[in-house]
Amino acid sequence: MLRSRIIPSLLMRDKGLVKTRQFGDDKYVGDPINAVKIFNEKEVDELAIFDIDATVKGETPDYAHLKSIAVESRMPLCYGGGITSAKVAAEIIAMGYEKVSISAAALERPELIREMADAVGRQSVVVTVDVKKGGLFGGYSIYSHNGKQKHKAKLLDFVAQAVELGAGEIVINSIDRDGMMNGYDLELAKSVRDKVNTPLTFLGGAGSVEDMSDLIDTVGIVGAAAGSMFVFKGTYRAVLITYARPSSI
Amino acid sequence: MIGIIEYGSGNVGAIMNILKQRKIAHFLSGDRSELEKADRYILPGVGAFDPTMENLTKSGIVETLNEQVLENNKKILGICVGMQLLAEGSDEGDHPGLGFIKGRVRLIDAGKLNRRPHLPHMGWNDIKLTNNGSLFSGIDAEMGFYFLHSYYFDATNPEHVSAHVTYGSDLPCAVERDNVFGMQFHPEKSHSNGTRLLQNFAEIV
Repeated sequence: MLRSRIIPSLLMRDKGLVKTRQFGDDKYVGDPINAVKIFNEKEVDELAIFDIDATVKGETPDYAHLKSIAVESRMPLCYGGGITSAKVAAEIIAMGYEKVSISAAALERPELIREMADAVGRQSVVVTVDVKKGGLFGGYSIYSHNGKQKHKAKLLDFVAQAVELGAGEIVINSIDRDGMMNGYDLELAKSVRDKVNTPLTFLGGAGSVEDMSDLIDTVGIVGAAAGSMFVFKGTYRAVLITYARPSSI
Repeated sequence: MIGIIEYGSGNVGAIMNILKQRKIAHFLSGDRSELEKADRYILPGVGAFDPTMENLTKSGIVETLNEQVLENNKKILGICVGMQLLAEGSDEGDHPGLGFIKGRVRLIDAGKLNRRPHLPHMGWNDIKLTNNGSLFSGIDAEMGFYFLHSYYFDATNPEHVSAHVTYGSDLPCAVERDNVFGMQFHPEKSHSNGTRLLQNFAEIV
């Protein structure tokens, strides 16, 4: 049977790794190649790497650095950050990344999703959506540029549109829960699961394998991604790269 | 000596890194006369069927493979879309495949899945071995492999299916006919199982 994927999510800044809380307060947690080597040994299901500066600075992905990471990896990889064309996406896939993720670029020009699907295949196209709970009536707003740019698109409509255009996976990243380790936003997870058929991954809030089990119990087979849980130990956020899965998987 | 076929549609870095770590002799080449020197081949492949097959055709390597694999009986391992190219054709495109194993690449029927997610088939899944071939010797079938695809190889002859994966229904995920091998999943991204499998391919006689 297909199993849920437990996915460490790494944030890259100036070639190093950081971990944020609610998209701020970032702390340096080490070197990506070293992290990949550790995660190889732990036999992790999948690894996600996001360059969180590329889009904000308007930079294209750092190919040489990405390639040096990919050759070390014996696990499937997803990369996001600064991808603005199908050509760039194809180059990253050719380097040994199984999936490429777009976020701001998809919001600005949704048609890019289709162009990428045509170039690299739907299964390799990931659309990541950063969301924040807000407003008097609940609901979620979409953000990009590290939470600084708010978008008008409605979450569930945008997710459905992304899948329609060719996204093979949707990643929902909760800004409110980022680094808080207080559990996934299960209500959010359920509403997105009910909307589309594609594989989904949720990021933001995981503090324990129990949180991951709760997510799986709520939405079924899913990608359960986590940052802090796999790079910090203890309440003072001491850096320690680890990996764990719920015993049910 | 394994010749890894370079034709502009493969992510070969991780494969080569594993072979290097395991001290398995190999080289990467898109040159026909170079490739003739190999005693077995790995055919990688990513992307959609048609552009991948077109790249292979443009490279002129199809003729080399016909000679070396069909006439000289050298072994070949197709990985992911590289495996799909071994078929006669694909529902994903119009281009004919290599036709080394009879069958056609088809879209997985998501209607047979009774819950979400549907397609693509993404993640780790266990496999069921259907022959005792040495390629899968020492493989933990329950641990399985990493899958990322929406199309599968519908082999005409069930005897050419060496492993199944269950996703809605039982789907062939590895094919084998004499010296021709293929797998839909990614051994280069499947940890110890994948490393073992690549090593088995290098040693198979």
